[in-house]
Amino acid sequence: MNWITNYVRPRLNDMLGRRDSPENLWIKCPESGEMVFHRDVEENQFVIPNSGYHMKISAKVRMKHFYDDGEFEILENPQVPQDPLKFRDQKRYVDRLKENKAKTNLEDSIINATGKLEGMEVVTTLHDFTFMGGSLGMAAGDAIIKGFETAIEKNCPLILFAASGGARMQEGILSLMQLPRTTVAVEMLKEAGLPYIVVLTNPTTGGVSASYAMLGDVHIAEPGSVIGFAGARVIEQTIREKLPEGFQTAEYLLEHGMVDMVVPRQELRPTIARLLRLFTKAPLPATSESPSDDSVDISDDADSANTEDKTAETKSDSDKPAEG
Amino acid sequence: MTSYLEFEKPIADLEGQILELKKISAKEEGAVDTADEIARLEKRSQDALVDIYRKLTPWQKAQVARHPARPHGLHYIEALFTDFTPLAGDRNFGEDHAIVTGFARFQGQPVAVIAQEKGSDTKTRLKHNFGMARPEGYRKAVRIMELANRFGLPVITLVDTSGAYPGIGAEERGQAEAIARSTEKCLNLDVPVISIVIGEGGSGGAIAIATANKVFMLEHAIYSVISPEAGASILWRDSARAKDVATAMKITAQDLLQFKVIDGIIDEPLGGAHRDVDAVMVEAEKCIAEALKEFEGKDGAEIKRQRREKFLAIGRNL
Repeated sequence: MNWITNYVRPRLNDMLGRRDSPENLWIKCPESGEMVFHRDVEENQFVIPNSGYHMKISAKVRMKHFYDDGEFEILENPQVPQDPLKFRDQKRYVDRLKENKAKTNLEDSIINATGKLEGMEVVTTLHDFTFMGGSLGMAAGDAIIKGFETAIEKNCPLILFAASGGARMQEGILSLMQLPRTTVAVEMLKEAGLPYIVVLTNPTTGGVSASYAMLGDVHIAEPGSVIGFAGARVIEQTIREKLPEGFQTAEYLLEHGMVDMVVPRQELRPTIARLLRLFTKAPLPATSESPSDDSVDISDDADSANTEDKTAETKSDSDKPAEG
Repeated sequence: MTSYLEFEKPIADLEGQILELKKISAKEEGAVDTADEIARLEKRSQDALVDIYRKLTPWQKAQVARHPARPHGLHYIEALFTDFTPLAGDRNFGEDHAIVTGFARFQGQPVAVIAQEKGSDTKTRLKHNFGMARPEGYRKAVRIMELANRFGLPVITLVDTSGAYPGIGAEERGQAEAIARSTEKCLNLDVPVISIVIGEGGSGGAIAIATANKVFMLEHAIYSVISPEAGASILWRDSARAKDVATAMKITAQDLLQFKVIDGIIDEPLGGAHRDVDAVMVEAEKCIAEALKEFEGKDGAEIKRQRREKFLAIGRNL
């Protein structure tokens, strides 16, 4: 990473109307080691087709797959003071911001969009991990608040896609203050009686998980995502013990009751749409298949196939939610 | 026995000499006239104290904020409240001694108290887990706030933690969610919440009980998004740069007042709160009394709105 790759090349590409071509046309699956053609991964929403490994996905690409016909409108983010601390670590923070803006073509780590999900108007608030690790600072905080305000204005649900290492240290205490500030926004949405769905993606940690990302009406996690408060390294150093297998993964959190479900990326659209129709008492869409096809397979077989639920085989039928 | 911080060495030397002289003069009465010498040394030591504490660096403040003899949550409870009745447990998993909660009277008025406690010797430090709360601590705080709200009693919180505890069990039981819910509860109350950062305000572990109508800090307290040590190991990959991070990250009460993140600073006696605990308590009591007065007669909706607007304004008013 240097000035050329971060700044000059994207600018050149922009000028020439060229898309940033992947440096390597073949992607190696981090889980299975399989080599997969880039376009196959891209078409599959950056999920490796065979292994089901969920790669990181940019906010904009995610929205293209999420909204009806890939159509959405991006909201303008509010302006905030930049670098009030005049912060400098190994680099000046203002330079870091400039580089990230050039590299990602984004203003900061949060994008809000509006559009239709299976015909229903929704606001989505997304972290883009490529912008300083999706970190939460003043710009992101105000953008999140704007997302919630927009949902309240439009009287529609808000869906958050979280992907963040946590608070942005370069903004010091002002980044910590985004925890209560964004929580005010969540409260306002709830008081307006509107649903708030949180999708926890890889990773969601630190101050983001310790505020708005853990206050959803429903928590949906993408498979394999790391979700937690403290970083694994910090915990290991504190307790001087090895961490259990799968610690802080989506599946681990499901087991411990911190998320409602683990849902693969391709299933997010129908799952969230179904939930929102239930919450808002909306009728079934005319074009949809029969409701029984659309509903979740709640049999233990399906459960164990997805999550290797060790307790699944010992569960009796009485554990199942009532059907019909 | 006073324990001195590294940068207090000149003071330690002088105070050591004074102590020696006093011993000598006590033993050999009238033999040597030490009074003048003692007075001279005391003056020098006082000057040194003034000199050092007038220009404490942020990193030195961090050390004062963590001074082992600094008054902690329980000291304030003892000094500022009567009828303190501790309440325990989150009704869910356990009792977390890192956060002490209960109901008490402040100048005769019933209030709820939520205080982080670090402990002051090995035994009590272990008991209170060095002030690092687990999810059940924050869930207990939520329970107390709900009670306070039902009975219309103000909530006083005393913040002093290096951060929420990073452990396996804490994560499994939802540390992040517990902190988020506690912050949310603070924002939801119809009663006034007054917070004082008495030592360390460590990130999410602090904000969970410091989302208050009025937030104050002691003169040498610190409040930050991450501890200077952890910040250094992430930003510089070198925890030895903690001193630089402490400065760059702007963690002192004076910085936070300038950024309009806090509402006021409580003066500490010369040489830090631990040198004159009684004096600190007088100041803290005055501060709480004044803050509570501001909310007298206000209705719940107004109190709640003030709190929300105050936090929404942070950063927009710079």
